Amino acid sequence: MSFSDDVIRAQGLTLDEYAQAVEGLGRVPTWAELGVIGAMWSEHCSYKSSRVHLARLHTTGPQVAVGPGENAGAVRIGQGLCAVFKMESHNHPSYIEPYQGAATGVGGILRDVFTMGARPIAAMNALRFGRWEHPKTRHLLNGVVAGIGGYGNCFGVPTVGGNLSFHTAYDGNCLVNAFALGIAAEDRIFLGTASGVGNPVVYVGAKTGRDGIHGATMASDVFDDATADNRPTVQVGDPFREKLLLEACLELMQEDCIVGIQDMGAAGLTSASVEMASRGGTGLVLNLDCVPARESGMTPYDFLLSESQERMLLVAKPGMEPRVAEVFAKWDLDAVVIGHVTDDSVWRCTWHGDEVCALPVGLLADDAPKYHRPCERPESLAAMQVVPDVRCSDPGADLLALLTSPDGCHRGWVWRQYDHEVGAGTVAGPGGDAAVVEVPGTDIRLAMTVDCTARHVLLEPKVGALGVIAEAARNLACVGATPLAATDCLNFGSPERTDVAWQLSESVDGLTIGCKAFDLPIISGNVSLYNASAGSAILPTPMVGAVGKLAPGVVVPRSAFPRAGMTVAVLGRPPSHGVGASLWLTHTVGRDAGTPPPVDLSAENALHAAVRALIAQEMVSTVHDVFEGGIAVALAECCMAETVGLVGTTPGSEDVAGRLFGEDHGRVIVAWEHSDDAAIRRVCGDVPVHVIGTTGGDHLALDGVVNVRVSALRVAHRNALKTFAEDVHAVSG
Amino acid sequence: MARVGVVTFPGSNCDADMRRAVQETDGLEAVALWHKEADLQGVDAVILPGGFSYGDYLRCGAMARLSPVMQAVTEFANAGGPVLGVCNGFQILCEAGLLPGALVRNRDLRFVCDRVRVVVSRTTPFTNVSDGVLTLPIAHGEGCWVADPSQLQALDDAGQLLFRYVTEDGTRGDNPNGSLRDVAGVCNAQGNVVGLMPHPERACRPALKGIDGQLFFAHLARSLA
Repeated sequence: MSFSDDVIRAQGLTLDEYAQAVEGLGRVPTWAELGVIGAMWSEHCSYKSSRVHLARLHTTGPQVAVGPGENAGAVRIGQGLCAVFKMESHNHPSYIEPYQGAATGVGGILRDVFTMGARPIAAMNALRFGRWEHPKTRHLLNGVVAGIGGYGNCFGVPTVGGNLSFHTAYDGNCLVNAFALGIAAEDRIFLGTASGVGNPVVYVGAKTGRDGIHGATMASDVFDDATADNRPTVQVGDPFREKLLLEACLELMQEDCIVGIQDMGAAGLTSASVEMASRGGTGLVLNLDCVPARESGMTPYDFLLSESQERMLLVAKPGMEPRVAEVFAKWDLDAVVIGHVTDDSVWRCTWHGDEVCALPVGLLADDAPKYHRPCERPESLAAMQVVPDVRCSDPGADLLALLTSPDGCHRGWVWRQYDHEVGAGTVAGPGGDAAVVEVPGTDIRLAMTVDCTARHVLLEPKVGALGVIAEAARNLACVGATPLAATDCLNFGSPERTDVAWQLSESVDGLTIGCKAFDLPIISGNVSLYNASAGSAILPTPMVGAVGKLAPGVVVPRSAFPRAGMTVAVLGRPPSHGVGASLWLTHTVGRDAGTPPPVDLSAENALHAAVRALIAQEMVSTVHDVFEGGIAVALAECCMAETVGLVGTTPGSEDVAGRLFGEDHGRVIVAWEHSDDAAIRRVCGDVPVHVIGTTGGDHLALDGVVNVRVSALRVAHRNALKTFAEDVHAVSG
Repeated sequence: MARVGVVTFPGSNCDADMRRAVQETDGLEAVALWHKEADLQGVDAVILPGGFSYGDYLRCGAMARLSPVMQAVTEFANAGGPVLGVCNGFQILCEAGLLPGALVRNRDLRFVCDRVRVVVSRTTPFTNVSDGVLTLPIAHGEGCWVADPSQLQALDDAGQLLFRYVTEDGTRGDNPNGSLRDVAGVCNAQGNVVGLMPHPERACRPALKGIDGQLFFAHLARSLA
């Protein structure tokens, strides 16, 4: 038997890779084997273009219990507990079918977390869509938000935070990155490993259908006009069944029944079983006749590559099969023995008595292709980094424009559709700098945030990516939290382009500098490449989810001014970077330009420590990060929440635009009522404190150049996204 | 100590929150009840918590009402036992015919998670007519309460339109989902069966920025004492 070049390429393999497989195998693969190799060697499963870069990430620290490589990472949070978390992309499926693509993205990340034995207590998401004028954007936004809500709300995890941004670079390729965090006792964390020769391999959860076949290879391809025809490669989510699966798994995990357990995600049964055998240094025999099927006529190829949702594979301890089946039956779920662990490091599948696959585990896992793609700084970057000569003639009008722009308007329309309070442990939900949730049964509170200002990354990837970490760490500090660990989703275009490969490489270096400086080891994550359509790549988007811990008893400050009569100050150095890479500049000249603001690591760390100290001593009641949109937007956000005015003067140079809208790092707004300046300055030490003014009145008035009615700002700010998303001005036909 | 049963259906996701709210109330003890059991274990009150029983894939609550435990809950309610349904629990009570009306998709067809204010019209085991304006969380996609127009006035006259959404000062209706007469919850004629869309169990501790939910459990403890 031999395969034509077209057939080989249709499995996502290059002809060279196919030759490598034949050589490694010593023979031509079977049809099912070819599909399995294609899936396991896909970019999505093998990380073949990113592994060389990922190796440089900062992933260690005394707080890390489980680092990258498992279903999710785990970080110690005290009292013998771990926070188990991860973020993962579901970009391609969401573009093809936004509701189900986003829903199953949430389902997948939740499974990654509870597979480890951790009950999910919080979810977040980061979304990127094309410009508002693009005909697909409204449809994608509505579908994705409804899908995330539809899954998370039903499953019963609070969606406590996230971020959303629009840019023409995402017109043909949206991003949906889903984050989930759960809690497990450190001595009860379950890993995805298959060990113990003869131990039964048990399939649990939903039945297998033909949905999602080739999902992993599809996720490793660029989009073209035929992409819409890929709809059958998108899976359909069933959050109700996942809720049952969660309860059944956690109930079983209370007992001593399980050797290892793994979610069936991308590349389904194949990937789950191969990864378990690879980690255990074992082999497996799977009898595909035993796999519960949703429809008749399915082939070994279908069973192995289906990405049907809400399924798990577990290796049970000897003789525990009846108990496993009993617990799952209680929750009305299937649990079927489909194979056993072997000692020959070969992954075998049988079907109707014949052996249809016999592949060395190593060939599928560690020996997958690995590429060091050529990287080159694009020549076009230098021209983009020049800041065009523009003036800010009406700062008040510009502020209103930013606050009603796609990237600056209020996100309430999104998070109202997410249940952010189920679990009754949400101390600070969406809309602040970071969310804060209680760890059930303890006095521990965790803070979390997802961040990425891709415009900054585009304009100088290493600096921009470092800025992503600085921003995430600053957001944690703004709720009084100290960083614990992070997860990342590296969303980039085709790594076969030298400029994209360079963006990826530089971004990893920037993240690494930041992760070391702010003690945020990356403990989990994924890489999503080939985010491109019609030859143009997305913005380089290294999304980061960061998690921190609050000191006991700390009162979480608000991110807005609660009332009049408060003294408002900004901590940190006056802005000096100008408007380079700012939202204001993009908004004003219609393109991304300039260089991103640099990060001063020691000044940034000192600022975070000062903010945490002020919060711990309850000297400030409002804390809000200054970043996108600059200090004018940050102050406006503080004013709009409760419609409180402010008259003040901001620090910085004569350059009005840079002072008000520049995006320098290292700045945080605070406000207090009963403290005095001298006490605040004592706590802040070397961190500059500039008093801006006092809250009160109906207007936000800054530097004598901005004077706008807060209530008007608020209405416009709050209505913009709803107006766009619900298309309230459109005339229906 | 009064014992309060909290039923877990497949897909319930507020059952643990509800048990905790009960347990943290002086004079109440939470008892977990399982949908497959028809035995209420001699509890003094029953609460049907929120969630998505059976995924709400049919009408909300339409499957759950057929479960063995609901037979027992119906008998318990008909005998005058206090029964509270929150969110999906409210939907189940309506489907079971223990409460009037039905719950359909929100007016704008979107799930809504927010804080609302409600006023209480009558004293029941879970409410007191003098409770004033309560601030409570909501989180639902199908919370638009409807009823036969011919019954509506009679229900109103009988005080069965127990909770209504109002503005902060309590003077006007402020309706998040399009329900008839701004109804947030209702009770049966006897007043022992109560259902509402808002989640009292999510507003029982200052850390959660709301404690008005405590009243429901405190009233229940007093009525069972």
